Amino acid sequence: MSNIQIWTLTFIVLSFAVYIFIAWRSRVAETKGFYVAGQGIPTVANGAAIAADWMSAASFISMAGLIAFLGSDGSIYLMGWTGGYVLLALLIAPYLRKWGRFTVPEFVGDRYSELVRTVAAAAAVIISFTYVVGQMNGGGIVFSRFLNIDINGGVVIAAAIIFTYAVLGGMKGITWTQVAQYTVLIIAYLIPAFAVAQAVTGIAIPQISFGQILDELNALSTEFGLDRYTEAFTARPMIDIFLVTLTLMIGTAGLPHVIIRFYTTKTVRGSRYSAFWALLFIGLLYTTAPAVGAFTKFNLLEGVQGRTVDQLPQWIENWRATGLVTINPDATTIESVSNSADAGADLTVNNDILVLASPEIAGLPAPIVGLVAAGGMAAAMSTAAGLLLVISSSVSHDFYFRRFRKHAHDRERLLVGRIAMAGAVVVAVIAGINPPAFVAQVVAFAFGMAASSFFPAIVLGIFWKRCNAKGAAAGMITGLALTIAYMIYTLEVFGTPENEHILDISPEAIGAIGAAVNFIVAIVVSKLTSPPPKHLEELVENLRYPAERRTVPTTGSSGNSTGEEA
Amino acid sequence: MAQTDDQGHSPPEGDWRREYWRRNLRLMVILLSIWFIVPFGGGVLFVEQLNQVSFGGYPLGFWIAQQGSIYTFLILILIYAVRMDRLDDKFGVSERDEEGQRR
Repeated sequence: MSNIQIWTLTFIVLSFAVYIFIAWRSRVAETKGFYVAGQGIPTVANGAAIAADWMSAASFISMAGLIAFLGSDGSIYLMGWTGGYVLLALLIAPYLRKWGRFTVPEFVGDRYSELVRTVAAAAAVIISFTYVVGQMNGGGIVFSRFLNIDINGGVVIAAAIIFTYAVLGGMKGITWTQVAQYTVLIIAYLIPAFAVAQAVTGIAIPQISFGQILDELNALSTEFGLDRYTEAFTARPMIDIFLVTLTLMIGTAGLPHVIIRFYTTKTVRGSRYSAFWALLFIGLLYTTAPAVGAFTKFNLLEGVQGRTVDQLPQWIENWRATGLVTINPDATTIESVSNSADAGADLTVNNDILVLASPEIAGLPAPIVGLVAAGGMAAAMSTAAGLLLVISSSVSHDFYFRRFRKHAHDRERLLVGRIAMAGAVVVAVIAGINPPAFVAQVVAFAFGMAASSFFPAIVLGIFWKRCNAKGAAAGMITGLALTIAYMIYTLEVFGTPENEHILDISPEAIGAIGAAVNFIVAIVVSKLTSPPPKHLEELVENLRYPAERRTVPTTGSSGNSTGEEA
Repeated sequence: MAQTDDQGHSPPEGDWRREYWRRNLRLMVILLSIWFIVPFGGGVLFVEQLNQVSFGGYPLGFWIAQQGSIYTFLILILIYAVRMDRLDDKFGVSERDEEGQRR
């Protein structure tokens, strides 16, 4: 066993032991604990849990690598995967927390109708399932590289740990484990990033210092036959960048596993601040990622510049075993670098390895490499757990008990919730072993579906009292149908021929258009049909005010109200 | 999509409700405009023009797209949360226990 493997094993075993310990401490005995952690999570902890839930294997493992090869156009992920939190904080989180139940399909079901509930439950399962596959596979990559365990074995081990705490503790176990996982993943991400920034520029804060290498990186990129790093619209045309970014933002605000995280706060006010803390914690990684991408690409290009094949750095040899780094057999010196095997470059490096390999590329010591592996696992597992909760709650809470066992006792509901969770884990393992496409790609499709189905239905449900069940159902179905149809039309993944993009719009960008269609159809159909019943209008009215109105205003009368705001 | 009419409430009761909601919506619209203009204006539509300007070593458009918009989002959420605390207190709808402490 190499030094790196020993450290990796140490960090992974230690972090897993912590997760299991937390799971045991936060096991639950009632459905409110299982689904919404008893609505008792403090704001800052909830922010950290949202951040861990949110930052997936794609954020941790793939994103900086994608940015390294996309250059300026990698901004779609940076803006797209953070901008949605503004929508969540302003348009969704406080109102759904005020309403205060368990799931997302439950909100649209109560607000509109049973049909909408069923469509929403099905959409929640499909979206979360698409997303969970990437997490399982991301976890598998970490295991296979660092511990020489076969990817399938890695998936099974990761799933067994998630199984333990998700089934025992439900949302409560998941939340507190996520807080621990956030800590692990952010430390694992920041330490090597700071070390690399210090080594390359002498300024340890990567957000500030990566500007200094951009000129050199542009020059190096041109030398290797790549686009200039800071040049916009080299990978995608402007309209596509615009729509992909918008789709990722709207999709973020429509993803069920993100929305339910705001149900767990103590108050409506807490849900607003949770969004702030969440984005602060997410921003720590998301503002570092472009620096990691730039530095790693810089080190990579500089390290192989003008080298013959037998003089290459050691990390290339280490990673060749995984098949994620390949050298063209005809090459003698490395003159071109690419992330795509089809380009026929002398050196091909897969996006997914750049973060995991960045400590090695920069020549950092073995413990840091091991820490990064544990961080990658934390990112994959925390997101997977949140998704599995959505799948199990949609199946048990929104489907089984609504359709078949309306008057079940709490104990039965908890048991069925646990069984559904166990089933979801098993299905995720099977899908994780046979993943459809590479990690970030799979995740991107979930956003299109979430953007075109949930976001419009929820926002209209909160802000427009006149929106009725027929409108919402018609909107969701047309929005989702358009989005899925375009994905099938443009992608080979589904076994259909790949067609040209219409108007340069890629399948990742279609969600924004799906969402617009959903809004328009929902508004038109609602206007043409009768308004919703009175009690629903009152339900919507009540969402607007955090608490019952007190006759005596609190400002001034309570000494610490102003102190707390400062 | 944002419609503010409150039918079916008696005037004194309806007045504060309408006023509270109107102020909430106004704050929301202002913040959402900034949410849209900074990333899509600075980071996408006018990124090439802004890249002509250098900002601490970064081309400005590139910096907005990869750093600036994230900081903007964070500030927007903080402003919303703080302003809504004040609004809730002003209209007496903040969540407080019997002693008037925040829950």
